[in-house]
Amino acid sequence: MKDLSMHILDIAQNSVRAKASLVQINIVERGEIFRIEVIDDGCGMSEETLKKVTDPFFTSRTTRKVGLGIPLIKQNAEQTGGFVKLDSKVGEGTRFKAEFGRYHIDRPPIGDLPGTMALLISGNTGLDFVFTYTNEQKSYSLDSREVKEILGDVDIRTPRVVSFLQEMINDNLIEIGVEF
Amino acid sequence: MTKVKSLDDLRKMRDDLQSKVNLREKSDHPEKMVQIKVSMATCGIASGAKETMNFLIEELDAQAIDTVVTQTGCMGYCYAEPTIEVTLPGEKPVVFGHVDLKKAAEIVEKYIKNGELVDGIIPVNYETVDEKNNE
Ligand SMILES: Nc1ncnc2c1ncn2[C@@H]1O[C@H](COP(=O)(O)OP(=O)(O)O)[C@@H](O)[C@H]1O
Ligand SMILES: [Mg+2]
Repeated sequence: MKDLSMHILDIAQNSVRAKASLVQINIVERGEIFRIEVIDDGCGMSEETLKKVTDPFFTSRTTRKVGLGIPLIKQNAEQTGGFVKLDSKVGEGTRFKAEFGRYHIDRPPIGDLPGTMALLISGNTGLDFVFTYTNEQKSYSLDSREVKEILGDVDIRTPRVVSFLQEMINDNLIEIGVEF
Repeated sequence: MTKVKSLDDLRKMRDDLQSKVNLREKSDHPEKMVQIKVSMATCGIASGAKETMNFLIEELDAQAIDTVVTQTGCMGYCYAEPTIEVTLPGEKPVVFGHVDLKKAAEIVEKYIKNGELVDGIIPVNYETVDEKNNE
């Protein structure tokens, strides 16, 4: 994974696959810390599964033998002096947290976060996302339920809507001082 | 400086879009639209699936081909990522592998617009790609 946006897209797909109806993606950039949280209300994991997920040779998939998403982000986080933490309960959901050293030389760049969020929202219409970016004093938040309410019977997958969402997220992140 | 876009701008845009072609009306009749699923598992993302998805949305829009592009999980073809599944109206789904931007453009021009086959088709014998097959 070249950048943090790719990790976020990947980790959020775990929530989609867990049949979540709401996925919260929180990014916090503060002090020495760059934190990514992905919180879902999906199927959750048993304690036994939870113990195994940071092992690259664990996956509940049957299409292949390795699950690399979590081990990859864990490795990248630890390389910057950070960590990955997972809490989960069967039937309730999962909280994923990764912390990176914000100014560490090995911290991957943020990457195309606006495009990633727009495609996550428009590409997975069966569930909703709340995206929040917080840095020092400022914060920007976008709730896909609000977007859908405004759109009414206009489909969120309409290309012009997708590119609008991308631009809006980009504008607002730049406005609060995010450097991609 | 240009103005920061907000949900109010989306509200204005909605009225404009509503009067134009309504995607949802058609997607209630999916047999009339091109449907594309882009595999967004770890291997796919790492090999550029997001760029492929973005390109397809923009290119098909520019060519005014009504399409619904969505994400799907692992299709199980890590060696051929990015992979996409294309369903033309009235046709069986076809899975393509190694879909970088160049291949995506070729799929639009040849397969989607003209129904011609292009290299990179992965032979599969299931109905449609779905995470259901994957649990
Ligand atoms: N949010 C989640 N909810 C439920 N199960 C999860 C979640 N995230 C991860 N898992 C479990 O952990 C496994 C490993 O995840 P990951 O490392 O991303 O690899 P992969 O998604 O390719 O299997 C998944 O197969 C799934 O069983
Ligand atoms: Mg995963």
